[in-house]
Amino acid sequence: MTLAVILKQVPDVVEELAIAPSGTDLDRDSVSYVVNEFDEHALEEALLLREATGEDVVVVGVDTTGELDQALYTALAKGAQRAVKLVGDFEGSWLSTRALAGLLAPVIRELSPRLVLTGVQAPDDLDGQLAPTLGALLDWPHTGVVVGTELADGVVRVRKELWGGIMLDLELATPAVLGIQAARATPRYVPVGRVRQAMRESTIEEVEVETPVESAPKLSRLRAPEAAGRAEMLTGSPSDVAERILEILRARGLY
Amino acid sequence: MDSSLRKVQDVWEQDTAIVEGVDISGPWNRMFGQRVIWDYTPELIDEIASLPGAESFAWCYQCGKCVPVCPVDVVGDYGPRKLYRKAQTGISLLDSPDLWLCTTCMNCLRVCPKQVDMVQIMPAAREQALLSGRPLPAELQEALENTARYGNPLGQPPRKREAWVKDAGVPVPILHQIQRPVEWLWWVECYPSYHPRGIDASIALARIFHALGLDFGILGREEKCAGDSQRLAGERGLFEMLAEENIRTLSKYEFHHIVVTDPHALNAFRKQYPKYGGQYDVWHYTTLLARELPRLRPLLTRQLPYRLTFHDPCYLGRHNGEYDAPRQLIEALPGVEFTEMPRCRQNSYCCGGGGGGMWLDSFAAGRQRRRLSEERVLEAVATGADTLVICCPYEVSRFEDAVKSTGHEGRLRVRDIAELLAEAMGLIGEEPAKA
Repeated sequence: MTLAVILKQVPDVVEELAIAPSGTDLDRDSVSYVVNEFDEHALEEALLLREATGEDVVVVGVDTTGELDQALYTALAKGAQRAVKLVGDFEGSWLSTRALAGLLAPVIRELSPRLVLTGVQAPDDLDGQLAPTLGALLDWPHTGVVVGTELADGVVRVRKELWGGIMLDLELATPAVLGIQAARATPRYVPVGRVRQAMRESTIEEVEVETPVESAPKLSRLRAPEAAGRAEMLTGSPSDVAERILEILRARGLY
Repeated sequence: MDSSLRKVQDVWEQDTAIVEGVDISGPWNRMFGQRVIWDYTPELIDEIASLPGAESFAWCYQCGKCVPVCPVDVVGDYGPRKLYRKAQTGISLLDSPDLWLCTTCMNCLRVCPKQVDMVQIMPAAREQALLSGRPLPAELQEALENTARYGNPLGQPPRKREAWVKDAGVPVPILHQIQRPVEWLWWVECYPSYHPRGIDASIALARIFHALGLDFGILGREEKCAGDSQRLAGERGLFEMLAEENIRTLSKYEFHHIVVTDPHALNAFRKQYPKYGGQYDVWHYTTLLARELPRLRPLLTRQLPYRLTFHDPCYLGRHNGEYDAPRQLIEALPGVEFTEMPRCRQNSYCCGGGGGGMWLDSFAAGRQRRRLSEERVLEAVATGADTLVICCPYEVSRFEDAVKSTGHEGRLRVRDIAELLAEAMGLIGEEPAKA
């Protein structure tokens, strides 16, 4: 049996993002990509499950950047057994979560995994729709905001974070789709030598897919956030500053 | 056999024995059989000594000369002899926090009669720990991931690596912009490019180079970490990747020599890059400026009323043999008083930043009475100095933090030699250039 992990690349915000002259896209020449942070946790959780149960881990991604290989090889070096890359004519487009799920669903069904793990959300999927949409398309149970998993006979027990620090333990029949909030351990380090070894010795399986016809809304304009200019720097002695803070809190009825 | 000879588990005694009239009966004539002493096991020594580069771990004969000179032992419980003894008694170095405490300062090797070389043993053992999937301290993991992703351990944007140039106040040619050969390629390195106090020293140095009319240029955003400390922290694969990329970048440009700010880069270029095809004539900036002293001295016109002491960087001194150049520069500063610390030159103490220690500060601090940097700052204060002079970019942040944490703020300043020279030349004020 296998555990499928979905990896997605998102723009790395360590460099300032620039908007392309078209006004409807990022300046892709200056963007570098990283794996969505929550997807890193999904992979770590899958590797922890593998250590407990011996399941194979297969990582799956849609190559929308032309740079997905690095992420897949890194996952193989960390301990995944297979990597599957969906390729097609995606250049210059951002796939909606719905389109992404539509591309992934048949490939995942084919893999017939025991579990599908994906990040609970991503910078371009702030509502965390990937796991529910995949679950709906596959007609498998799903849940999100997962912070711990355990596989048992025919079920997966998951711990899900609710609000105010409340945790919910539940059991889902497998196969199931999980949106991972945090793995039980920090995503592991993989030495660069291991990644390079994976690049030499492993193969990424490729699946050709058709560009989906999007029914999603069209993007009309991207804008950089405008500085509101409402920040006020408080200066003076610590007691002056403290007095001023109290005044501000009082004026807003907060103290 | 004498019927009175009793044998109990390889112990022999004769009930009655009188030798030359002296009664040595019973326990007085007790003898022991031969046996092999197994109060230790060799397996955990072999576990380390079988790693390529770490063979000398097994050569230790427990003389203990390494322990009193080990800067980590001064503030804790450490030293190669102790690591060997612990391995004998069943503590695997690969699973012990000891694995991450060595700063590869090389003071032990200086005194070791058996040439047990921790500078090679530690990276080999750490690499083995990483490759076998053992967890590494979180702060080190972050620095290694940052280096792999951004080419610097700080996690700063690669494109901002040359941003400090706009504050330099003098032209700092960037090779991908000027497209002409230079005599000196200045390898600025990570902390001097991104850390605020590192940038202060870079600005000072840029102004000195400019005042000397040096034909120099930097790589700017094309430069990546030279990677030596990552290598010593056990990430050889990452180091190789950086070396290959840096050598490829350097091959695009024409220059005669490399001048480095960072002794760790000096070490990488001199000892490691040639293995990957990168052969360069590399100078530390103190060596270059000391050579330029005849032209520099007339420019040192301002009196500096400071009492100075100097910290030898491990990777400039012990590792690369340069002790004199920084001192020649200090002695050329008009008006200063200079006092050596007790531990100086070959026996210099360590700031704790080498060998990956820069990214293990909390990990190490939790296992030591005080940080190495704090120990060194106390030594500097005891000389009566008001200024601790440094010439390695790891040191400024480590020592400035240590000045604060030992309660000496306002009594000891930490300044790069480049800052003091630039001040004596009137190129910067007493305060950091950028402030």
